[in-house]
Amino acid sequence: MDTMISPDAPVADPIAGLPEPEGSETEERIAVATQWQLMSMRFRKHRLAMASLIIVILFYLIAIFANFLAYADPFKTEAYRSLMPPQKVILWDDDGFNPHVLAVEGARDPVSFKRIYKTDPDHKIPLRLFAHGYEYKFLGLFRTDRHLIGVADDAGVTAEESIFLMGTDLLGRDLFSRLMRATRISLSVGLVGVALSMFLGVLLGGISGLYGGVIDITIQRLIEITRSIPTIPLWMGLAAAMPRDWSVVKIYFAITLIISLIGWTDLARVVRGRFLSLRNEDFVLAAELAGAGQLRIIFRHMVPSFLSHIIAAMTLALPAMIISETALSFLGLGLRPPAISWGVLLQDAQNIQTMANTPWLLLVAVPVIIVILAFNFLGDGLRDAADPYG
Amino acid sequence: MQNNGLNQTILSVRNLKTYFFQDEGTVKAVDGATFDVYAGKTLGIVGESGCGKSVTARSILRIEEKPARIVEGEITFHRANGSVLDVTQLEPGSREMRAIRGGEISLVFQEPMTSFSAHYTIGNQIIEIIRLHQSVSKRAARAQTIELLRKVGIPKPERRIDEYPFQLSGGLRQRVMIAMALANNPRILIADEPTTALDVTTQAQILELLQELQEQTRMAVILITHNMGVIAETADDVVVMYLGRVVETGPVDDIFHAPQHPYTRALLRSIPSIMSESRTRLPTISGSIPHPYNRPTGCPFHPRCPDFMPGTCNRLEPQLLPVNEHQQVNCFLYHEPQPHQSNDEAVSHE
Amino acid sequence: MLSFIARRIMLGALTTWVISIIAFLVILLPPGDFVDAYIAQLSGLGQYVSLETAANLREQYGTDQPFHVQYIKWIRRVAHGDFGQSLEFGVPVADVIGDRLWLTMVVSLGAIALTWGLALPIGIYSAVHQYSFGDYFFTFIGFIGLAIPNFLLALILMYIGFKYFDASIGGLFSPEYQLEPWTWEKIWDLIKHLPMPVIILGMAGTAQLIRIMRANLLDELRKPYVVTARAKGLTETRVILKYPVRAALNPFASTIGYLLPFVVSGSIIISVVMSLPTVGPILLRALVAQDVYLAGTIILMLGTLTVIGTIISDLLLMWIDPRIRLEQR
Repeated sequence: MDTMISPDAPVADPIAGLPEPEGSETEERIAVATQWQLMSMRFRKHRLAMASLIIVILFYLIAIFANFLAYADPFKTEAYRSLMPPQKVILWDDDGFNPHVLAVEGARDPVSFKRIYKTDPDHKIPLRLFAHGYEYKFLGLFRTDRHLIGVADDAGVTAEESIFLMGTDLLGRDLFSRLMRATRISLSVGLVGVALSMFLGVLLGGISGLYGGVIDITIQRLIEITRSIPTIPLWMGLAAAMPRDWSVVKIYFAITLIISLIGWTDLARVVRGRFLSLRNEDFVLAAELAGAGQLRIIFRHMVPSFLSHIIAAMTLALPAMIISETALSFLGLGLRPPAISWGVLLQDAQNIQTMANTPWLLLVAVPVIIVILAFNFLGDGLRDAADPYG
Repeated sequence: MQNNGLNQTILSVRNLKTYFFQDEGTVKAVDGATFDVYAGKTLGIVGESGCGKSVTARSILRIEEKPARIVEGEITFHRANGSVLDVTQLEPGSREMRAIRGGEISLVFQEPMTSFSAHYTIGNQIIEIIRLHQSVSKRAARAQTIELLRKVGIPKPERRIDEYPFQLSGGLRQRVMIAMALANNPRILIADEPTTALDVTTQAQILELLQELQEQTRMAVILITHNMGVIAETADDVVVMYLGRVVETGPVDDIFHAPQHPYTRALLRSIPSIMSESRTRLPTISGSIPHPYNRPTGCPFHPRCPDFMPGTCNRLEPQLLPVNEHQQVNCFLYHEPQPHQSNDEAVSHE
Repeated sequence: MLSFIARRIMLGALTTWVISIIAFLVILLPPGDFVDAYIAQLSGLGQYVSLETAANLREQYGTDQPFHVQYIKWIRRVAHGDFGQSLEFGVPVADVIGDRLWLTMVVSLGAIALTWGLALPIGIYSAVHQYSFGDYFFTFIGFIGLAIPNFLLALILMYIGFKYFDASIGGLFSPEYQLEPWTWEKIWDLIKHLPMPVIILGMAGTAQLIRIMRANLLDELRKPYVVTARAKGLTETRVILKYPVRAALNPFASTIGYLLPFVVSGSIIISVVMSLPTVGPILLRALVAQDVYLAGTIILMLGTLTVIGTIISDLLLMWIDPRIRLEQR
């Protein structure tokens, strides 16, 4: 794409009647590097994709350590803390470095009946690292109540009562802590969904590309049909048909299944295309002539040569999955409370009145946008690295 | 070389250098090409892929593309109206250059398959070039187009004119391409590997057609090819190129019967011949074309040259100088290194 | 060419059939049967439902029979224009949907028009000026457009409109026209309200199409016929517009095949956020309230219209491309 070599640029190409001379030194040097080394070399040149990779890793770290990063119980409701605006963290005061927040007093406005909050400049609540908070199981291994940040124990207040980095929702739950948990759910829905659609895509695409004929035509038509249907109304219908009394876990898997039904067609097309083009490659023919079995040809020779493409296609499919889950949950048809996902959180910001009064509820949109951007850049970089000429 | 009517120069290229400036380095695709083109004559430019033949052709038309740039040299063109100008001094997009391109110098391409747009009829594409350079009505241009198609031997041109390129065979398509190139009676026709993509019989027909047309119109033809056989059949004069340089020039008979440069000799030896004894290996040129980013110092051919003279060929750059009254050769076998050609100069080119 | 048309229409029919099955699944899947729910609703309104009526209804909807019988009965009724009753509204489904289906299509087609209108020139610019500042700029904007889910974009724009411009940007009509019959003034009012939803809906598609156009054109620009065109002495602008752009246009235009379903999908969510009088909010309401015939009908109709739209665009495309048009078989 970036290097335009003239049709006449010198390449080892013999003129008519001249047999091929032996390869030049440069060619030999390149031939020594493996495909993965070449890919990572090309990928590292792509700075935006590298930055995106770091962002994606950070987000998955958040998902893994959600409970550690949260400081308040994401399910604990508190009527007196309803719809509090975000608090400012003050890092320095007269005594030097002393990170703290100011205590907040709530009262009901006698005229508008809204709760209004006032900060008390004299009442400082100092912040501490690794403070005590609610109890949880760290990585599912052991119980602890330590969190990355929290208030000092000696201040006489509990964390969930005193810091609200991103404000609270209508029921007085801490938005920051909820966001941490939502990240875990939303990102894992994407992963599970991609894994499922990957399974479908590789299976159907592989069968289609490998066997050809009637099977290929049938699967091709299936893909075309799936792609020409407006998906959201259909999945909305299926999602709405889920029984109301299902458990959160059941709904979670049903939703990921529905979402993965959206994503498999692209992967299937990629896989099929690869199979078709590889089937005619010389090295596959060579393996066949050498007497290798079909399974061996597929897994030893063909799959390694398009694995990189599949990884890139998966990375590009992930954001679509995340958006789908967020959209369905946002409409109230996906995950439902008490489950927490980005879509569930955004549901609170659905109506313009609440948005106008409590704009911080819209902050949830920020991680959604960042993650999706990062996945797109990362996928693009991977695709370029996997296939610099495609 | 005098303007005695027979050998009238229309185009002379002097020390042309066209380089590709890429992130990975500079490719000297054409590095000092020098030759003349005479009216009514065919100049054959021959060399392996990557020797800079096509880039030379494009430089003459000033359609060298983005990373490529003419860095040095002159291309003097004698226009139909009598004026003489240096094409390298014109802006590629200027009105004058566009009038020359397709009007006075036209191009026939290697790939008849992809050189036409599949979205327009051949009539549309030929009428376009006529109306671009002549002020004639659509109807007149159409009549001219049919006439042109007939001239290049297309059967039923009145019907073929409304067909799309993909409806024609490769040979017909190449004839249409030639018709398009002839549309404005150019002074020079550049044919860039015009027969490479065709089968052998069609090749011969196309070459014959080119020669016929040339006799009728007295235009000059620059025939670019890697095929020595094509050169032998059609060219009057020959330019042999290697790695962007002209290594030898001369009349076709001298080149074939008394090749001077070691590269020309090697090239000729590697042509299979009916006369050669069966079951013998064809001689090849040892080694391979160097990578574009690391050209050899001195004479670019020295690593593959059977007559390599250490200390001279790999350090000094030879020049294109006459060896007899017809031929010019770029080799130290024939002339001593010039005193002003110091090693420093050779290195500074790298 | 005829076989192409036949194949295309066959595929369309097949797709519509699959859609109808899914729509019917949406009708059947919720627990309980429709007749029970309908009778319960009528009794709730104080109407007496005789056993005879109930039996008639059961017979009509075939609730006791196997899936395929019920499906065929439903399709037969649909073919006669009887889409069933809306439980929620207590009127026939067709009356509830009314103009909303057409408004959905107007918004979707508007978004597609905008998408093409923007993506084409920007894509050409980006390809011709590859790696220029403008190219990077549009690539960046395009990525943002791709990355922000359109319902979030709608939310954010509505918030900005509300907060800084004091304007509500929801809806498709001014209040005074909402219940009016169709007049030229009402149409004009609609046109004035269209840009915002259309822009929001078109963002993601535009971003995608810019990338497609750019990539296609970059491929075409490297082809020999471009050099041929240059060698004719044409101006660079004309070379590019007449030849490579024309060639890149085909794959570009064929994107309507998946653009239309994509946009119709998006319009559902956006309509809910922006409270547009399209089928979106009604569909959501019907799904939440399990108003099965309303939901099923909307899904069926949206799907079918999309399929028809795709077929029409495919046939037009085929007509444009001489290679397919002239294929004799």
